[in-house]
Amino acid sequence: MKKLMIAMFLMLTTSVTFAQEKNKKMTMEVDGVCEMCKVRIEKAALGVKGVKYALWDIPSHQLSLIIDERKTDPMKIKTALVAVGHDTKELKATEEAYNKVMPCCKYRDDEVVNSHKTN
Amino acid sequence: MKLYIYILIGLLPIFSLSQDKLEGMVMEGNAENKHIGLPGANVYWMNSQIGTITNDEGLFSIPFSKEYNKLIISYVGFQSDTLTVNEPKMLHHTLKPSNELDEVVVEQKREAVQKAYFSAQNVITVNSAELLKAACCNLSESFETNPAIDVNFSDALTGTKQIQMLGLTSPYLLITQENIPMVRGASQAFGLTFTPGTWVESIQITKGAGSVVNGYESISGQINAELVKPLTDKELFVNGYFNRNGRMELNTHVNHKLNEKWSTGLYIHGNARTQEEENNGDGFIDAPLANQINIMNRWQYQNPETGWVSFLNFRFLNDEKQVGQVDFNPEASDAIRGFGNASSLSGAEAWGSEIATRRFDTSLKLGYVFPELPFQSFGFQASYSNHDQASYFGVNRYDINHESVYSNLIFNSILGNTQSKFKTGITFAHDGYEELVNTADFSREDTSIGAFFEYSYDNLEKISLTAGLRIDSHNRLGNFITPRLHVRYTPWERASLRGSFGRGRRAANIFAENQQLFGSARQIQILDSEGSIYGLDAEDAWNYGVSFLQGFTFLDRPGNVTVDFYKTDFKNQVVVDWENPRAIFFYNLDGKSSASSFQLEVNHEILPKLELRTAYKFYDVNTDYRSGNLQKPLLAQHRFFANVGYETTPTKKGGQWKFDYTLHTLGKQRLPNTDVNPAEFRLGEFAKGYSLMNAQITKVFSEHFEIYVGGENLTNFRQNNPVLSADNPFGANFDTSIVYAPIMGRMVYGGFRYKL
Repeated sequence: MKKLMIAMFLMLTTSVTFAQEKNKKMTMEVDGVCEMCKVRIEKAALGVKGVKYALWDIPSHQLSLIIDERKTDPMKIKTALVAVGHDTKELKATEEAYNKVMPCCKYRDDEVVNSHKTN
Repeated sequence: MKLYIYILIGLLPIFSLSQDKLEGMVMEGNAENKHIGLPGANVYWMNSQIGTITNDEGLFSIPFSKEYNKLIISYVGFQSDTLTVNEPKMLHHTLKPSNELDEVVVEQKREAVQKAYFSAQNVITVNSAELLKAACCNLSESFETNPAIDVNFSDALTGTKQIQMLGLTSPYLLITQENIPMVRGASQAFGLTFTPGTWVESIQITKGAGSVVNGYESISGQINAELVKPLTDKELFVNGYFNRNGRMELNTHVNHKLNEKWSTGLYIHGNARTQEEENNGDGFIDAPLANQINIMNRWQYQNPETGWVSFLNFRFLNDEKQVGQVDFNPEASDAIRGFGNASSLSGAEAWGSEIATRRFDTSLKLGYVFPELPFQSFGFQASYSNHDQASYFGVNRYDINHESVYSNLIFNSILGNTQSKFKTGITFAHDGYEELVNTADFSREDTSIGAFFEYSYDNLEKISLTAGLRIDSHNRLGNFITPRLHVRYTPWERASLRGSFGRGRRAANIFAENQQLFGSARQIQILDSEGSIYGLDAEDAWNYGVSFLQGFTFLDRPGNVTVDFYKTDFKNQVVVDWENPRAIFFYNLDGKSSASSFQLEVNHEILPKLELRTAYKFYDVNTDYRSGNLQKPLLAQHRFFANVGYETTPTKKGGQWKFDYTLHTLGKQRLPNTDVNPAEFRLGEFAKGYSLMNAQITKVFSEHFEIYVGGENLTNFRQNNPVLSADNPFGANFDTSIVYAPIMGRMVYGGFRYKL
């Protein structure tokens, strides 16, 4: 009886867990425009426990990450990014958070975006 | 019966939740239209915090709620999709692979001199554009347009330029070439002149204690020279230079990319001065007759896939100098190395000196970056050098052979995330000296092994710090620890406040560092005998500093102001005492010795494309000599520096004019005591202040060809008595070591650069 219970328990657990990597590489799109956005985005990402490395590329808007999957998941990181006012593909920042970014970082404003392109 | 209950309990949650769960499978889009599950894809409800990841088969299950109906499925390397889902049913979805991102290259004009706003250390980077402003032609002359470093003259014979930082001479600086210690030991006097300026890609000047990674020897700062790299340097570069005083230089670089991974470069430098210049009437030639051949071969390996990078260097140098009286002819009397066999002059001939140096260097750098972990790497550096100098100065003989082995293994990684990084590793160094001073043999062997750990923290905005500690065991310096700390704080925009402190220790190579003493009739006296290095103790000092940098915009153009204050406090110093004109004394410090420096620097683009740099410096470098506390001799306490640079807008072909002007004003300098000399050889207490001006004009014809002309010491200011007792060079009052101003007058030069 006991053996059966253990066997069942094991079957159930193995079906829900799958490989959790210590150094999982991933990229996600995060909206922003400038050097200051870069600092804010990377800092917010690194502020999430389990995020080891964060590099946001200004022209492509890609945030490259290396995370410890045992400690965090992409959702937590996105939540942290929207909290500082940066939109991700799935989660959008609230107006309140967006309003806190510097005027030059207003990536939702086409004029601001274009002014960075001319540089 | 019980078994059924367990099974039921086990299945219950699945049944009960199945009602408000959305299940499905995410598949990889491929040409064959095969159903291949995509594990690890992100599945989210838009504008929610509800999300999951597909399992190994590509299956997922996500809570369903009426609030959300937009489901996003994304995966790296695939196009993300948004699906509208109104009811919880089984879902099959295929993601299309996305095309590779186009590479985007962003270029920005780089300043010739860059000040660090964000690093914890006070680092000034001088790039090759700035190096071109220096008249000529080697590392010791490349600091003339930079206020952080002072350039002085070491002696009246060779005209070698000696550098100082924070009021201390170059032996108190750690001078590295691509982070491998280079100018040290036997090469201390002339080492900087052995790196041709065109080989240098950029220079990093760190004020204050510096990093522990490269050793314990730096006391007032570090200078690192990055050399040109075979992969990035021009395929062919030729530079010719000549000046009115008969100095000629030729630099050739040939670089070749062998394949995707290997590149090699051959760099050849030659210089010669064959014409005797004697303009101040003392019968001594003003600049040495010299010739040098300097050849370097570099190999660069790069493999981005495996993460390995490597550099392999070979360098050979032969340098010969002849100085002394105009009618001195080394061919006629016996001389050294190839000129004859006698060890020095006998006193019957014209006074002369020859210095011959041969040096061989090889170094290997290996780096490995973990391909999956860009923040983790290994670095290994190893170098071997053999520096052999044979020389005589009148009746004084000085030979030194310095064989050096250095290796450093560094591991870089992070603690938690990339805001906290560390470097740790071990260093091994061995120096073998064979040193002959007249008839005394001072040969010695030094071996040290050490371990270091350096932690750096950067919160990406306001604060960064670097804290390092190393422990070394040295056969002469003993076991000791070297702590160093650098902190940066940004109180507001474009400002940077820095503080640092750290310890440095070194074994002073008293003869190699003070070779000008041989060009005099001074008696050498070492007044201590208990210590382990020439009877003297190791030098030990602490350096403290604060620095504040503020950027500003005035008239719509950028500028910055820097104020810094540094103090070096010696716990022990090998005091070099020139205060008796008959002798030079070396002894351990008994009392206090410190060097304080204050600098105020203002840089601004005052007119469009017209850059102005100004600096005022004050030094208080005092030492308790046996004769009392005195300011360091031959050091101007007040200095003023100004540099103006103007560049026209480049034409389409790249044609451009560049103008550069530098002013150095030095206050009075204390002279070593000469009171006991006969009246005609007394110099007084101070040398008056003076100003020097240099200017240069460059005409760039295209990106391939440019010519330049310039002048140094435009006001023709000279020291009129650089050689004391020049009429009787074998007599008791002869001295060429008291030099406080240029010996050469106005000098005009020109040159060209050809790049392919």
